[in-house]
Amino acid sequence: MTDTTPTRSASAAPEEARPSVRLRAQGLTLAYGDRAVVHELDLDVPDRTVTVIIGPNGCGKSTLLRAFGRLMKPAAGSVLLDGQPVHRIPTRKVAERVGLLPQSPMAPEGLSVADLVARGRHPHQTWYRRWSSDDEAAVAEALRATGMVELAGRTLDELSGGQRQRAWIAMALAQQTELLLLDEPTNHLDLAHQVEVLDLVRDLHLTMGRTVVMVLHDLSLAARYADRLVAMRQGRVVAQGTPSQVLTEELVEEVFGLRARVRVDEETGAPLVIPLSRHTGLVEGPRDDRM
Amino acid sequence: MSVVPGRAALRVGPVSAPWRPRTVLVPLVTLGVLFLGVVVNCGRGDIDIPFGQVALALFGGGDEADRLVVTELRLPRSATGALVGASLALAGAIIQGLGRNPLASPDILGITAGSGVGAVTVIVFGGAYGGVGGAVADVGVPVAAAAGGLLAAVAVYLLAVRRDLSGYRVLLVGVGVNAVLTSVLSWLLLKADIVDAGRALLWLNGSLNGASWDTARPPLWALVALLPVALALSFPFGALAFDDDTARGLGVRMNATRAVLLLTAVLLTAAATAAAGPVAFVALASPQLAVRLVRAGSPPLLASALVGAAVTVWADVLGRTAFGSVELPVGILTAALGAPYLLYLLVRSGRARTS
Repeated sequence: MTDTTPTRSASAAPEEARPSVRLRAQGLTLAYGDRAVVHELDLDVPDRTVTVIIGPNGCGKSTLLRAFGRLMKPAAGSVLLDGQPVHRIPTRKVAERVGLLPQSPMAPEGLSVADLVARGRHPHQTWYRRWSSDDEAAVAEALRATGMVELAGRTLDELSGGQRQRAWIAMALAQQTELLLLDEPTNHLDLAHQVEVLDLVRDLHLTMGRTVVMVLHDLSLAARYADRLVAMRQGRVVAQGTPSQVLTEELVEEVFGLRARVRVDEETGAPLVIPLSRHTGLVEGPRDDRM
Repeated sequence: MSVVPGRAALRVGPVSAPWRPRTVLVPLVTLGVLFLGVVVNCGRGDIDIPFGQVALALFGGGDEADRLVVTELRLPRSATGALVGASLALAGAIIQGLGRNPLASPDILGITAGSGVGAVTVIVFGGAYGGVGGAVADVGVPVAAAAGGLLAAVAVYLLAVRRDLSGYRVLLVGVGVNAVLTSVLSWLLLKADIVDAGRALLWLNGSLNGASWDTARPPLWALVALLPVALALSFPFGALAFDDDTARGLGVRMNATRAVLLLTAVLLTAAATAAAGPVAFVALASPQLAVRLVRAGSPPLLASALVGAAVTVWADVLGRTAFGSVELPVGILTAALGAPYLLYLLVRSGRARTS
């Protein structure tokens, strides 16, 4: 590890320079107008981990992610990025360190994949330096990492949902930030494409040492791809830890109000969540009576 | 060296940009079309001057009599038309980009209607029959138009900015303000006597009749001051075509950038309207024409301004020459050309939504 060159991007930053906690929420309260969505929340995001936030609709997980990305001012408390209050850091400086993919991003009509990915270079550019060789190298690398090289000349509306999502992730990658915040990156994708996108995220983490925070809805996929799982309910953290620690039948019931069986996946060792419905018959009887 | 498709590089020292032939070619060709329009417009009149001699006169050569007629008598009209068109189109391009909506324009935001109310107020209450002398009314109309446009914009801003400057909200409030101002205009026209109402209507159609170097001045100064501002902000302007969260995530200071761009658009509209009245549809159609020519994601600012100038000058040429002895105000021509285009946009956006 002594031969790492600090001139390269996020992927090869020197080990010592990276703090162990990249993002920290401290007594964080977030509100839209008078309506508080997140209440006095404390949460640490350790370096080089994939943290997945789960929770029911409206529990404040997307809002928390927006606050991490400096898209929202805290009503109380603070978000620390590498120990500094994120709201004291200029937008542009934050954009050099944190890449962000909103839940339903919108691009102008007729934009090509290459132009979309190149837009990720915005924080590194100025009005006269709009396409440097660094920009070109970063965009080419992002296209390669996401398998979008062949499709770079297409426009976004010519792509399938999974390809489009990969294009957006490529844009966030071209930004070359050590941190990536992804809000439901598997939104609207079929199962095969969900796995494809999450495999890509895992690769980024493994090969490039990126720290990832993402919001996911599918609990089994969340358990499979997360180093750390954070369960939220009504603007508070209910549990956090490794997927096996967090994802229990009691927790699923407490957080989602859903009765479910939790099994261990023989392939991966990760917990698998099997929801029970009113029609399975199992719900009515006591739990120990099953099978 | 890896190459990204469609993004060949143009690099000189620290300066770099993706090389796109169209962003250079389209403005150049448009400039040529604009120049042709000016030549034709300056050549036609009571005495027709051959186009070759007009071109010579424009560059300071040729016969002295021709030069006098062209540069002193006829050029002010074309220059005013070009400057007004450029200002309106630039304002339209900015507002369409900020609103992320091809239907957005100063007309829809009520800025043009505000200018109209300002000017018509002076025409109706300060006109020859209203006690205020004609000279005061002459100076008063442009100033009142600018003030009215600014007031309308301030109203839209105050009503829309309470939480943030989201494009959608600004548009809705603009439509409301526009409706109020349009009814004020109708009321003013009903109150006016027949002569004042006639003058007011002529102005409201957008006319270059009687344009002089004095009329060209407001849009000229507005462009000299504001075109550099707009071009300097064209870099973050491109990122504003994305949704708010994405743009902020890319490090764009949203509210500051938007506020400066909006103010720029308002001042340009007010200056143009003060000079020639509300010339319809130039602000709406020119940026969309430029987007299609350049094949850009958001309205290209410089190309839009040039297209607006060319469109307005050619509309004026048509209005003056196509209908025999009848000279139609330029605003009627731009409206006649622009309205079908607006319908096309509406039909097209309706179809895009359903597919």
